[in-house]
Amino acid sequence: MQLELTAEQDLVIATVRRFVREEIAPLEFDLDPDADELAAADKERLITKTKAMGLYGLDIPPAFGGPDIDLVTRTLLAVEMAQHRAGLYAPCYGTFGGAGLAQLFEATEEQKEKYLYPTLRGEKRGFFGLSEPSGGSDPARAIQTRAVRDGDDWIINGGKLWISGADKAQYGLVFARTANDKGRNGVTCFIVDTDTPGFAVRRIVHTLRSAHYATELSFDDMRVPASNILGELNKGFAIANDRLTKQRIPYAAGCIGVAIKAQEMALEYVPQRETFGAPLSSRQSIQWMLVDNEIDIKQSLWITLEAAAKADSGENFRKQAAMAKLVATEAGGRVVDRCMQMFGGLGVAKDLPFERWFREMRIRRIGEGPSEVQRHVIARELLGSSLR
Amino acid sequence: MSIRMHKPWLGIAEAKGLLRGNLGVYQLADEHQQVLYIGFAGGKSLFGLKGEVGHALQRLPQACLVRWEVTSAYLTRYKELLMLHRHDFGELPDNNEPLPLGVLRPAG
Repeated sequence: MQLELTAEQDLVIATVRRFVREEIAPLEFDLDPDADELAAADKERLITKTKAMGLYGLDIPPAFGGPDIDLVTRTLLAVEMAQHRAGLYAPCYGTFGGAGLAQLFEATEEQKEKYLYPTLRGEKRGFFGLSEPSGGSDPARAIQTRAVRDGDDWIINGGKLWISGADKAQYGLVFARTANDKGRNGVTCFIVDTDTPGFAVRRIVHTLRSAHYATELSFDDMRVPASNILGELNKGFAIANDRLTKQRIPYAAGCIGVAIKAQEMALEYVPQRETFGAPLSSRQSIQWMLVDNEIDIKQSLWITLEAAAKADSGENFRKQAAMAKLVATEAGGRVVDRCMQMFGGLGVAKDLPFERWFREMRIRRIGEGPSEVQRHVIARELLGSSLR
Repeated sequence: MSIRMHKPWLGIAEAKGLLRGNLGVYQLADEHQQVLYIGFAGGKSLFGLKGEVGHALQRLPQACLVRWEVTSAYLTRYKELLMLHRHDFGELPDNNEPLPLGVLRPAG
């Protein structure tokens, strides 16, 4: 793995860092401490800037008009973009755009016309409907939503839980069981329009986060045309699994970004804050917290960049992605916790971002597959077929 | 599970004695229990629900009933209450500014 950044990487990272510090962070002084959205005018203005920087739609493949950027650079940018109060779940408040649902890049041309291209133009939004009340970490076995063939259509019944953005989406990817196989071979991915009769967003699921909520969905005799199957019948699990693996790298990067920002704030604070006649920075207990933070950050960063480099090389990166997700989410939580301790009462007040990061970082150890599942994935990769 | 606010409506005088500086959401209504405004007390609210309801009452002197929930998930609950109101009545309360919201279809 190349350890030195290229001049181009340095430049683009510095550009994004400046954008976060000069454009994003100042807006947060006036926002609610839990906000995850900018005023429409501010967002529009900043999107104009990211487009001018050539960095809008970072995750869109070049073939579809996005910038040609490797995953290592993308990971380093994700680390930068998370370095503000809302950065963990709303990095730069979406002003760098999104790729929508990457799975649609493999869709049929007809499906792309109807769903992908309008999404890339910002006209439509989609959601990813995989997890159910029966579980999300083992989707192959947990999916109980069923689809039954009826002529040229499929009738879907069931429900989903922990689904982000479904209440504002025009369509979504819904994974349903289409065969009696209880495992990964009986799951199909359907593209579902949210105005289909039988589709309903039942409620918001309130969590430790006070913004960027998840929802619960129900499907009641929802009729979907067979032409809306994404990929192949009974092969939907591969689509889900691919997404779960890829998602772990930016998920880890966000945690690292927040940890870096928290550590930066602590390093600025402890030489100024005096207790018993001496600055906090002179206390060994504080120094050790800073040292442990630095080690946590560096370990997470290198493991995550290794995963990104592996993915860039086209090799299997499942183990590295799971390690990155595991290490970065757990280390990020420890770093924020130590920083709160150094800031004392201020650390737990909403005046500073630590309490928000603390709540949101706790979710990161569960979202996108909990730490235990990541360990399971790593063990499976290490032990191969000998693991039952 | 019901997601509507089921706290009892209280008269303003009684409510003023009970409101505290918590984070949370609230509704103001007229004498027919028609919701006039849905608001929240967030991390920047001075004196939390007590302060926010007080300010809202100055803007809406016609409000004579209030109810509230104390919650740290005030933003998501606020949006949920607005979406529920729009689902039930087809529009937001008269005194709420337009806001980009999703669509809920609650069971029951």
